[in-house]
Amino acid sequence: MTLRSRDLSIGYRRRGRPDVVLARALNLCLRPGELVGLLGPNGIGKSTLLSTLGGGLQPLAGQVLLDQRDIARLKPQERARRLSLVTTAAPRPRLMSGYALVALGRQPHTDWLGRLTADDRDIIAWALDAVNGGELAGQPVAELSDGQRQKLMIARALAQQSDIMLLDEPTAFLDLPRRIETMALLKKLAGTTRLAILVSTHDLDLALRNCDRLWLMSQAGIKVGAPEDLALDGSLGATFRAEGIHFDQRRGSFALDAAAGQRVYVPGDGEHAIWLRRALARAGYALADRPGQIEISHQQNGHGSNWHLRINGDTSRHATIEAALKALERETT
Amino acid sequence: MSQLAGQAQAGSFSRDRLHRREYAGAKPALLLLLLALLGLLLLLSLALGSASIPLDQIVTVLLGGQADHQSWTNIILKFRLPKTATAALAGMALGVSGLLMQTYFRNPLAEPFVLGVSSGASLGVALVVLSSGAASGALLAGLGLAGDLLLTAAAGAGAALSMTLVLLVAVRVRSGVTLLVLGLMFGYLVGAMVSLLLYFALPERIQAYVNWTFGSFSGVTAAQLPILALFTLSGLLLSAPLVKPLNALLLGEDYARSLGIHLQWTRFAIILSTALLVSAVTAFCGPIAFLGIAVPHLARGLLGSSDHRLLLPGACLTGACVALCASLIAELPGNNLVLPLNVVTALLGAPVVILVVLRQMRGLA
Repeated sequence: MTLRSRDLSIGYRRRGRPDVVLARALNLCLRPGELVGLLGPNGIGKSTLLSTLGGGLQPLAGQVLLDQRDIARLKPQERARRLSLVTTAAPRPRLMSGYALVALGRQPHTDWLGRLTADDRDIIAWALDAVNGGELAGQPVAELSDGQRQKLMIARALAQQSDIMLLDEPTAFLDLPRRIETMALLKKLAGTTRLAILVSTHDLDLALRNCDRLWLMSQAGIKVGAPEDLALDGSLGATFRAEGIHFDQRRGSFALDAAAGQRVYVPGDGEHAIWLRRALARAGYALADRPGQIEISHQQNGHGSNWHLRINGDTSRHATIEAALKALERETT
Repeated sequence: MSQLAGQAQAGSFSRDRLHRREYAGAKPALLLLLLALLGLLLLLSLALGSASIPLDQIVTVLLGGQADHQSWTNIILKFRLPKTATAALAGMALGVSGLLMQTYFRNPLAEPFVLGVSSGASLGVALVVLSSGAASGALLAGLGLAGDLLLTAAAGAGAALSMTLVLLVAVRVRSGVTLLVLGLMFGYLVGAMVSLLLYFALPERIQAYVNWTFGSFSGVTAAQLPILALFTLSGLLLSAPLVKPLNALLLGEDYARSLGIHLQWTRFAIILSTALLVSAVTAFCGPIAFLGIAVPHLARGLLGSSDHRLLLPGACLTGACVALCASLIAELPGNNLVLPLNVVTALLGAPVVILVVLRQMRGLA
């Protein structure tokens, strides 16, 4: 099943005043089996777009189509069988087990009392397994961590057996390992099922590494493409352009604009060299392409690990990067 | 589907092991215990009062026979049966409507009266009792029973009017919180009007109004009982198909919609059900405080679950039991003194609820 928008305008209607249009003439397409990242600065309308695509908000103009059928015409239950939703805030209902929470995902398929059949239970077990959350089934949801509850919310969306899953900043309240885990999980799900997943996020790096395509949302509209193409043609940089920050095309991440500091040469590509370069960039030094007046290198010998700082031929040894940076600062000011 | 099943079997957690965790901590068997308790309390409520009547005599009368004393038959059929049925019905109505409101507003402090139904009823009563026209005063004093009927009608009209107003608003606003604020503001507005009426009213009329606010299960006659029963049972029937939407609403309105719940219809049904349950009870028994807020907490604490398939019957049974207990205590068996019902419900019930809620909260802090 494919989710499309046809000449879609999104935003808010206001009584007696002109509509607030956040984006217009959107012709987007979300295909089965792909993970798409929705990126854009704060306040640009990512949540509004997700709500509109999910049928929770009326479009200002145009249509959202699920396989040629207008989503606004679908009954709520029919829509829920095709489309599931995960938002930022994972609720913490009291006296509900993890299993009961995931079981709520079966609601579009169960009878008027919500009774579970053997098939329903198989699917719930599969969904719990897919998010690696089997051990959370018997625990009260209210006592779980944010990351664990978000895991269960995703399992609940999976149990819905929809064709499309929309996620609105699902990782906003999670710590970094949990964010990486969540994005990897979404990538796996898109790859192993026919699920089409659209996820809005502020984790640019994770989106670049995991998403099949990106929807870059800016004042100019939405630009669609593979992450690498959007990086190379400068769209990524343009979307998040801000004072004092630039998109580093080589490293694939945003960086502070380099101060006009001293240039330092670091030989090699080992992990010591990589972390040393990060430290220098953080401290405001520029990196030189070839050996020059200043050079820092890592040495491993009988005395242990050392950092050698060479300035105009004078070499000093330091035990840590921190010490080497301090010495560099002393010598150059 | 078969592919999914295969994956589940191969997974580290089998379906059956998982299934047992669905109701982790829940105690559905307690529903049967509550049912038995309700039966016991019904009999006690018929037996105890200013005069104690033996159980076998009660059974005889209930089966259509005559008690050893003619007065016993009269007491049971004319007074205790209507009072007992009223208490049970009112308890069910307030317990279930309280549960509906707490789940819909996702607020543990919500109660059946948050939408302003008791305010509407109190305005109706205040207008009848306190209005300074000599005619209505004479009417109340002179007619006795008819005066009671007038009060019931006034309270019912006030309650119905306020609930209609809320329903009209409910289909127009987008979120439940707006509705909650409007209901509360409506309550303050009406409260101010009642205060104004009280301020200018004669002292003996004020006493009549205050008596109404104390609440009572004894004012319903055998002839009026079917009306109360009709409203309560239709409200309960309407709430039964709401168990699934109510379970979805535990995750909030956005998630409920994404699970296929028709939000506008659900909201309308919840409020209509509450209106049916609460307006008749308030009209016949006065504004009975506390039951509506406390019973859902008791039911959750007892059953250890948030699943409305258990909670709805649970709140129904718990409500009836608590109302019967309160009614029994208020009558002070073996004594002619009768305490105000609202005093009993709050004085005895509040500590119980505090205990239950504290126990639930422990381990969550």
